[in-house]
Amino acid sequence: MNILVCIKQILDPDLPARDFKIDAANKEADPKGANKVTNIFCENALETALQLREKAGGGKVTAITYGPEGAEDSLRKALAMTVDEAVLVINDKHSKPDAIAVGKVLAAAARKLGDFDLVMVGRESGDWGLGQTGGVLAEELGLPSLAFVDEVDPDGDGLKLQRQTDNGSEVATVKPPALVLITNNENNVPRIPKTRDVMMSYRKPLQKLTLEELGVADEAVGDGHTAFEVTNLYVPEKSVSCEFVQGDSLDEKVTELARRIHGIVASVN
Amino acid sequence: MSRVQIVLFSKNGWDRGAQGVAGAGRRLADGLGAELHAVVLGPADDALKNGLAAAAQKVQVVSALEEYQPEPALAAAASLCDGAAAVLFGNDTYSQEIVPRLAHRLGGAPMADAQKLEVKDGRIHVTRSAYGGKALSEYVMKATPAVIWVRSRALEPAEGDVGGAVEEATVELPEAKLRITERHEEAQEGASLEEAEIIVSGGRGLGGPEPFEQMLAPLADVMHAVQGASRAACDAGWVPPNWQVGQTGKKVAPELYLAIAISGASQHLLGMGDSKVVAAINTDADAPIFKHCSFGIVEDYKNVVPLLTEKLKEMQS
Repeated sequence: MNILVCIKQILDPDLPARDFKIDAANKEADPKGANKVTNIFCENALETALQLREKAGGGKVTAITYGPEGAEDSLRKALAMTVDEAVLVINDKHSKPDAIAVGKVLAAAARKLGDFDLVMVGRESGDWGLGQTGGVLAEELGLPSLAFVDEVDPDGDGLKLQRQTDNGSEVATVKPPALVLITNNENNVPRIPKTRDVMMSYRKPLQKLTLEELGVADEAVGDGHTAFEVTNLYVPEKSVSCEFVQGDSLDEKVTELARRIHGIVASVN
Repeated sequence: MSRVQIVLFSKNGWDRGAQGVAGAGRRLADGLGAELHAVVLGPADDALKNGLAAAAQKVQVVSALEEYQPEPALAAAASLCDGAAAVLFGNDTYSQEIVPRLAHRLGGAPMADAQKLEVKDGRIHVTRSAYGGKALSEYVMKATPAVIWVRSRALEPAEGDVGGAVEEATVELPEAKLRITERHEEAQEGASLEEAEIIVSGGRGLGGPEPFEQMLAPLADVMHAVQGASRAACDAGWVPPNWQVGQTGKKVAPELYLAIAISGASQHLLGMGDSKVVAAINTDADAPIFKHCSFGIVEDYKNVVPLLTEKLKEMQS
């Protein structure tokens, strides 16, 4: 079982709202003062891949990212989680690649790196949260795909996929190769790397590739060639101000609260 | 004449989500001076056909897609949406799954979770949340078609009746390499969270599953409300995962959202941001939830909820 997991490094989404600043000129979040972390759904994907390797009784898990040199940190963490190989496709010039560009780059890398049975992508990222990269990549690679998958099991010479739907779940079967977009459940919480594995991760080889080496032309993925463009990014003004219910006692306050709630409930029913 | 295309799945019928997609499609078509066409992937009941025919000039039903399978559904959508200026979907599982692949297959631009669509100088502009609800972002769509899933239940339905024609569409469907073999619906009492007019939601501050059952359930009952929860409460296993309201849970749009012992992390606010009125019960006056409320009370839920339930019962009798 040869598995490729595509991951993304983002600004820590747990940064409190009061510390969140916007770089208006570049129309993106101001990275100053914020940590960079691996996107949570990408870590869920790594965990799902590692569990599949165990269930299949062996195989290889490769983690890949398209990002700046600093994204190496996310790959080192993936190596510490015990993925077998890590690949950084260096992006040192395109500031905000859209999902189409990222899909094209990752597809070129996947073709160069070899035959994968399964490609895994997180369902969406905690920064822009568009959730489009996996679908574009599946299309580029011509693979069948399924979104919102939270469990993958070997099934004879195929794979059994379980996924979440609006009001329940579905099970699907597929013969590799295929692509899945991973969401979280209680079984794919990312493992905490052991100290020894963290130390080992810095000795493991990490392959770096440039767009040139992948044969991806700048014109295909560069700034100014995007399918859509961010025109504005801002923190919205709060238009509502909370009115705290008044009263001399708890009973009076709750009576006022009940009166207001009753007004809305009565108008609906 | 150029056209805007909306795509719906038979599974949910003519629900509030379908109505929101039809409304968004109608207004976008008017803004672009285009016709509106609709595609139903799967068999359509009369309510869905009639509802769509009021909003769209042409309605095509692909009855051959008896049950959703990703590859045939994508192929049918690609065949019927080719040449459109824009293609709109709702925010259900299947729509979210199909949008990026369809956009790329048609050489267009994908977009997700649109809260507002506008036409300026003939181009489509989208407004949506970003950074887990901490920011709002605006985009201009450059590649054609723009393939967008919208937060459909929060969008207004279409007005008037264009008297569109309904026809059966025959499309060549590919063999599915990936097959959905089992479908499980979790039984839900009454309305779903997404369709609910009143929601009573609980969070981490409740401290366990018991308060949901013993205090919030009776309150929800008297308010004719559906119960929801924050991610913290779902992750802790206090309530089922499909109760989760938030960025990666349900996006709800009720008339009243009552948040009990929910601090209001931005990921949660993103899921409840389309509520008409938000009210909160929380011990912390500085909790972010109060910045998004119309009214609230700073008090321990244990003291408020049973009393509130009693008072609402009295008011209703």
